[in-house]
Amino acid sequence: MTEVDPMYQEIILDLYRHPHNQGILEEPDFDQEDANTSCGDIIRLTIKFENGAVAHVAHHGYGCAISQAAVSLLTDHIKEKTKEELTHITVDDMISMLGIPVSHTRIKCATLGLKILQKIT
Amino acid sequence: MLELKKDFPVLTSNPNLVYLDSAASALRPQAVVDAMNDYYARYGVNVNRGIYDLSDYATIMYEKTREKVAEFLQAEIEEIIFTSGTTDGLNTLSRILEQKINPGDNIVVTRMEHHANLIPWQQLAKRKQAELRFIEITSNYELDLESTKKVIDERTKIVSVTAASNVLGTITPINEFTVLAHSVGALVIVDAAQLIPHGPINVKDIDCDFLVFSGHKLYGPTGVGVLYGKKKLLEELEPVAFGGDMISRVSYESASWAELPHKFEPGTPPIAEVIGLGTALDYLRQIGWNNIQAHEQELVNYVLEKLPEVATIIGPANQVTRTATFSFIIPNTHPHDIGDILNRDQIAVRVGHHCAMPLIQHLGLVGTTRAAFGIYNSTDDVDALIEGIKKVKKILLNEYL
Repeated sequence: MTEVDPMYQEIILDLYRHPHNQGILEEPDFDQEDANTSCGDIIRLTIKFENGAVAHVAHHGYGCAISQAAVSLLTDHIKEKTKEELTHITVDDMISMLGIPVSHTRIKCATLGLKILQKIT
Repeated sequence: MLELKKDFPVLTSNPNLVYLDSAASALRPQAVVDAMNDYYARYGVNVNRGIYDLSDYATIMYEKTREKVAEFLQAEIEEIIFTSGTTDGLNTLSRILEQKINPGDNIVVTRMEHHANLIPWQQLAKRKQAELRFIEITSNYELDLESTKKVIDERTKIVSVTAASNVLGTITPINEFTVLAHSVGALVIVDAAQLIPHGPINVKDIDCDFLVFSGHKLYGPTGVGVLYGKKKLLEELEPVAFGGDMISRVSYESASWAELPHKFEPGTPPIAEVIGLGTALDYLRQIGWNNIQAHEQELVNYVLEKLPEVATIIGPANQVTRTATFSFIIPNTHPHDIGDILNRDQIAVRVGHHCAMPLIQHLGLVGTTRAAFGIYNSTDDVDALIEGIKKVKKILLNEYL
């Protein structure tokens, strides 16, 4: 029997090894990149809208298990959401999507994808 | 080996802390904390101005550190300028040396510089249409002397090199650079931030023109650093920061400058920090630099024996040309995850690019985890790190089950 680690749960590690929605969309309507300067994580987020809602979304870059799992979950979550709905996603929403205890030192990892998404107007 | 943990209040207040981040900031002994408290509690007044006894005493205590630093570097007292740290010293140099750079000249640094010894020169080169050139790194993470001969030429005005890499732990052959640079008339600047905690540096022997370091890497306070410069150069160079204390005469129309070293120390200096730095130097001398170096050598040897069993060292494997700063990677694990899991066992390491983003990219890495050992670390701390890494691999890679 192996103990379950509270932070590095299988779902997190699985998303880290096999991320969802990875890539770069061609001719995206939204294309933004940001980095965590303290640890060097970089994510680029591209989105295509159809009828005012997210039709395709992809993320690209590299980072720790937490930032990669979070952006996978975030990109799953925003599919078919309207631009208006995207602007209402909060840090708390992101943490509850992850479903793990996120310490103060890992908040920036958990919310890097969200920070990029929040550049949407 | 040395047993100094008891002298360091951060370690006695956190008895389970395994502090492996001395390359970022070394902890301070109680003596340094006491000296700074003593200044604030008993004679915390300004220096160089007052005619009253307390101000005179504060000035004497402040200037005593300058004498200690001069002795430590084998320099003249007027050649020691207090700064706020290495970054401040290098930025100041990039401004005061601007007058010497013309379009088409070049400035040489290495591929392994900290941002503090890269960006000031990169920006100076941009301002003056000069070229920034790089000394390359060998496959053993040392500097490539052949490439040095290629990049230093008659248009080279400044060669600014790290004495030891904050990422790789590499100690660089400064003497080789000074000989080559001086043969073409270039000035040599040494970023000694990472080498200074390993012992006195004789600036006459290495014949550098300028050398900078920070107090907090030397078991002293934050907020204070040293800029050494050859007297003749400091005398001819114009100051770039102006204000109180650095002048001799001022009118509404013009000003003339104070004698060295005050010409380059405008405003109220970090008095408590300078006094604390002097106390740190006293403490280290009492421990004995030979004992400190022997202790570090034993730690380096032990890490070189143990760490490769669990991780890949990014830096020289040769104990002679390295400091006790070790970057390492574990395949398929991100440094931030490694650092977070080590932190659960109170093992304090640094992760990421270590303020050397271009170097990390140049090496094709996303970051490293860095364990940097100081005079208070023991082989038990190395063992704790190794056990911590095994735990990381168990959690993240399902190894060692």
